[in-house]
Amino acid sequence: MSRKQPEPVQIVQQRRDEALEALVEGVPYIQFLGIRFDRRGDELTGVLPFDDKLIGNPILPALHGGVTAAFLEVTAIVVLSWSIAWERMENGHRAVDDWRGGHLPRIPKTIDFTTDYLRTGLPRDAYARARVNRSGRRYASVQVEAWQDNHARPFAQGTGHFVMPKRDG
Amino acid sequence: MTELTPDMRAKMARQFMQAIPHSHQLAMVLTSLENGSAEIKMPYDKKLVGDPSTGVIHGGAVSALMDSCCGAAVMSHPAAPGGTATIDLRIDYMRAATPGQSLTARAECYHITRSVAFVRATTYDDDLEHPVATATGAFTVEQAGTDGPKL
Repeated sequence: MSRKQPEPVQIVQQRRDEALEALVEGVPYIQFLGIRFDRRGDELTGVLPFDDKLIGNPILPALHGGVTAAFLEVTAIVVLSWSIAWERMENGHRAVDDWRGGHLPRIPKTIDFTTDYLRTGLPRDAYARARVNRSGRRYASVQVEAWQDNHARPFAQGTGHFVMPKRDG
Repeated sequence: MTELTPDMRAKMARQFMQAIPHSHQLAMVLTSLENGSAEIKMPYDKKLVGDPSTGVIHGGAVSALMDSCCGAAVMSHPAAPGGTATIDLRIDYMRAATPGQSLTARAECYHITRSVAFVRATTYDDDLEHPVATATGAFTVEQAGTDGPKL
């Protein structure tokens, strides 16, 4: 009996990139803020390029606190959705094929979200990473941190709880 | 000091929101501001949708609305801080906002010390019986004359 050949790398890459695209590009609010996600394997980094429309205090100037909270929450939701999609893909589900057919990915719903403002958000690009601390059948708990020039000096961190989407097969 | 007429108040409120680029982007309108309480309206906009399959507004946009409203409530407190910045803000999402309806946030600064302001807020759509979200937060109190928050 011959061992199953691993899939060609570009096929795997393309499937993963398309899955991520489906999660991010279909959401108007993510596009409005200009957030995109860099992927290394299963690890995602949210990137929020600076834009004047993100300013909350024009005198300092500083990012709007709501933008910071939104960036953290978007990152938490995308990373959580991605972890669900990743598991499905690894188990042989072709999640993306469903999504292309018009069935948009079901998104976890936020129960609550707390943002800690550690430092003023500067008028620069910002980055965020999330860690799914618990992901059960019904609920999930996710932690996020965001930084700008220096990863060791985060400007905000957040924790959120989410209701998981119902599994579709 | 001369008493402000309602027209002057309304003009100041408009200018206050227009001076904040992100609040202006979200078309927020300050509808009430006095003695540590603020009310801000934000119209429904397709660009704020977080779930394209339902058209429901993203929680992040609700956060931006509540953060602005809480900050405005602190600034309008009779203790008159010279400036404020969010220390933390927790938002509870009770239900999805109905697509197509504008959102209204009401915030109250219910306690203030020399260094910290405590605030709570509620956001509604057209159904005033069932809030969409609530928030509680702590904000810095900057003394007048300093050039902004130094967290």
